[in-house]
Amino acid sequence: MSKNRYPRLLGFLPLLGMFLMLGGCKWTLLDPKGQVGLDQRNLIITATLLMLLVVVPVIIMTFAFAWKYRASNTKATYAPKWSHSTKIEIAVWLVPVLIIIALGYITYKSTHELDPYRPLDSDVKPINIEVVALDWKWLFIYPDLGIATVNEIQFPENTPLNFRITSDAVMNSFFIPALGGQIYAMAGMQTRLHLIANEKAEMEGISANYSGAGFTGMKFKAISTSQEDFNAWVAEVKAAPKQLDQAEYEALAKPSQNNPVALYSTYEPDLFQKIVDKYEGMKPGKPVKHEKKEVAAVEGSDTGSHSTAGAEE
Amino acid sequence: MFGKLSWDAVPFHEPIVMVTIAMIALGGLALFAGITYFKKWTYLWTEWLTSVDHKKIGVMYVIVAMVMLLRGFADAIMMRTQLAMATEGSPGYLPPEHYDQIFTAHGVIMIIFMAMPFFTGLMNLALPLQIGARDVAYPFLNSLSFWLLVSGVVLINLSLGVGEFAKTGWVAYPPLSGLQYSPGVGVDYYIWALQLSGLGTTLTGVNFLATVLKMRAPGMKLMDMPIFTWTCTWANVLIVASFPILAATMALLSLDRYLDFHIFTNELGGNPMMYVNLFWAWGHPEVYILILPAFGIFSEVISTFSGKRLFGHHSMIYASGAISVLGFMVWLHHFFTMGSGASVNAFFGLATMLISIPTGVKLFNWLFTIYHGRLRITSQVLWTLGFMVTFAIGGMTGVLLAIPGADFVLHNSLFVIAHFHNVIIGGAVFGYIAGFSFYFPKAFGFKLHEGWGKAAFWFWISGFFVAFMPLYALGFMGMTRRLNATTNPEWVPYLYVAMFGAVMIAVGIACQLIQLYVSVRDRKQNMCESGDPWNAHTLEWSTSSPPPFYNFAVLPKANSIDPFTEAKEDGTAYQKPAHYEPIHMPNNTATGVVMGALLTVFGFAMIWHIWWLAIVSLVGTIGYFVVHAARDDQGYMVPVDVIERIEAEQHARLVAEKKIPANRVETSLEQA
Repeated sequence: MSKNRYPRLLGFLPLLGMFLMLGGCKWTLLDPKGQVGLDQRNLIITATLLMLLVVVPVIIMTFAFAWKYRASNTKATYAPKWSHSTKIEIAVWLVPVLIIIALGYITYKSTHELDPYRPLDSDVKPINIEVVALDWKWLFIYPDLGIATVNEIQFPENTPLNFRITSDAVMNSFFIPALGGQIYAMAGMQTRLHLIANEKAEMEGISANYSGAGFTGMKFKAISTSQEDFNAWVAEVKAAPKQLDQAEYEALAKPSQNNPVALYSTYEPDLFQKIVDKYEGMKPGKPVKHEKKEVAAVEGSDTGSHSTAGAEE
Repeated sequence: MFGKLSWDAVPFHEPIVMVTIAMIALGGLALFAGITYFKKWTYLWTEWLTSVDHKKIGVMYVIVAMVMLLRGFADAIMMRTQLAMATEGSPGYLPPEHYDQIFTAHGVIMIIFMAMPFFTGLMNLALPLQIGARDVAYPFLNSLSFWLLVSGVVLINLSLGVGEFAKTGWVAYPPLSGLQYSPGVGVDYYIWALQLSGLGTTLTGVNFLATVLKMRAPGMKLMDMPIFTWTCTWANVLIVASFPILAATMALLSLDRYLDFHIFTNELGGNPMMYVNLFWAWGHPEVYILILPAFGIFSEVISTFSGKRLFGHHSMIYASGAISVLGFMVWLHHFFTMGSGASVNAFFGLATMLISIPTGVKLFNWLFTIYHGRLRITSQVLWTLGFMVTFAIGGMTGVLLAIPGADFVLHNSLFVIAHFHNVIIGGAVFGYIAGFSFYFPKAFGFKLHEGWGKAAFWFWISGFFVAFMPLYALGFMGMTRRLNATTNPEWVPYLYVAMFGAVMIAVGIACQLIQLYVSVRDRKQNMCESGDPWNAHTLEWSTSSPPPFYNFAVLPKANSIDPFTEAKEDGTAYQKPAHYEPIHMPNNTATGVVMGALLTVFGFAMIWHIWWLAIVSLVGTIGYFVVHAARDDQGYMVPVDVIERIEAEQHARLVAEKKIPANRVETSLEQA
């Protein structure tokens, strides 16, 4: 009764294609600026193509079968009792199984290669950046350089970035879409993330996990530059008038929205570790041990211990 | 005296809220006046509110689901409008404290108060009939389950006008949902709405598991149960196993918020990660609870309208079982980004992918059911075909998200939003709507208008693609979820298109409402009271529409997966027995309504810290239940002459429709 309906449904396919093509080059995740992001994009494309091997035939079969076996087509075979075929049963179990075996192999391999805790292979000395999520801004500490910033980081291109991330408020997710994956920021714990920029770029950084009223404005700039420009920027921050002492930090930690960029020439010693320990220290039977934790963190020797649980405490 | 409650709790300064409340109040007043004017209160009370009949409870569930669909959709359209307006520095029309409540309410309502009652309603209506039973195993418990859901519905809607709703997102992760960061009553509304309706859902799960185990028609083996019954049964297994986790999680969060425990707080030994794990240990099985019954409906629709037996009935049962079991082993894929090691992430990624195998098998089985069939393209079939295409895409994006390396960039983005709307709308909701029009004639004795049904389908499916394909794109552009404004000019066109898609879905919903109106108005032309409008396979169609309150005058016999088709083929359908036996039926009871009402008061009192009222209402609830349990009510026997009268009417209809030859009726009447 409604043969003429089908062409209308088919009309969606070009629409789909249109969305897929519309300005593909502006799609941040498909045009990443760093190696991690590139690997992740390639993984997405490979996996999608692999799955299309089964999804496209299913969609085509849906239309084809529905059309061929429509009630008005009395020429088609009609076998009302036919409901089992061992051959078909084997095929319908086997095809998805094979696709999933292939995809599973890719998943297992890529999950280990793209583990955000794994330091990147590079001859260049990495830059360490400590990240603290606050209500509702990002505090960045460069422990090797002795400077701190709010809502902006700069780093040289082609230099591995080692992030240690925590929160002094609710849970957030630290994410620079153009560089690659994200990781949660949680109070009393530190998570790790390793990224690298392949080129000079000014990128958006965001919190990807809703954290309350000021969440939308919780953005930062992530800028990859040349080594010279980076040195100049560090010098600029070192000359900044503001200093992040205890009182200044406490004022900063109070909830505030849409914060402007701030530069601090110095910061309270061991600030990051103190923020992490602030919560841990309240745990009964777990006294604060600044020295021990610091040594472990500097050497990076605890990277292997994360595989059994969630974030490191 | 009134705890934290005062006149300040009513948001008089919010025009949007006040207008909404005024409209709800006017609507409620009109309804109240209408019922009073037409003197329908007694009818409503005795025939519906106190009923323990699974069919009537099913209808009430679906009504609640449809009302809440409208409420949840209103939230959706407000969000899309806000995001289409709040671009490039404009704040839009919804401030964060309001917007954040809306997206939280939208999620909770659509999952807990729309999808869950919709599935429960269809299951109530069809499942006992499918297995040839006269009611569920525990009819009173069924009524109580429904009224517990209503308690949750009342509480979440009260939060609109009295106080606030949670501003935490529907997952309500601590520490954001803890007392320190959410000091208001919003999270308490969330906790008690979920706690009360969740208890109802758990009881439903127990009830229907007992029903399929103990109340099947003579001869019906477990593996012969119709596929919708089977998928509901798997869903009930998941309910019984997972809803207690939700109850415990909410109880622990309550301890944090009410008694200053520190289970999920940042400090004093609390650990929010535990909540996230517990929440998804319930939350992931929950999505399979929603989708499995929809799979069952699609299976019934496809085999019925193909005029063919379902391909691979056993294979479908095993596939559903595999989905259920695996569904419990994948919860961590909701937070790969929490910093578990690569091996943990890989395990959960692989486990998630395994689920796509039985799901893929199901798609192929539906295809091979159509194969060599005679497919009637009715509105129900359109929903099913639309589902197969849409769900194939949604399944693919889901597997993509299961790869941790891909999830690290897609997590929490609009890609995720697009994915789960893709599977929940394109899977669960399409299934429920197909089930609604499939089973509507069974509940009311007339069919729904096909033209408006098809119009609704085309607007829904095209609206879905227009609304959510741009969100996939925005996810790739780095737009994250739960933003209340954007600044990137490149996103604007996509946000406009998504908004337009939402409007198209609104037109689809309007078509459904018109369809209901037109169908009721013209019902005389679409009557099908003899009970089998689709020439279907299973027992629910062998009785009249609506079925008599005792469902089957004589319990049917079942020896295969399509017992009614076989009976029609060998001429034994609609056979009259030599004589009728009196039928034992349960009495109606007001206990469910009263307990639901008292527990609503209890929830409200807990939310507002009105301790004396909480104690009074809780003691009242328990006391009322004890009195109910202690009463001596053995039900009643339906006398043979009543059964004979009802069955004679049905026979007259069947003869009039030439479904049985007149002479056979004469002989069987003689026998009687």
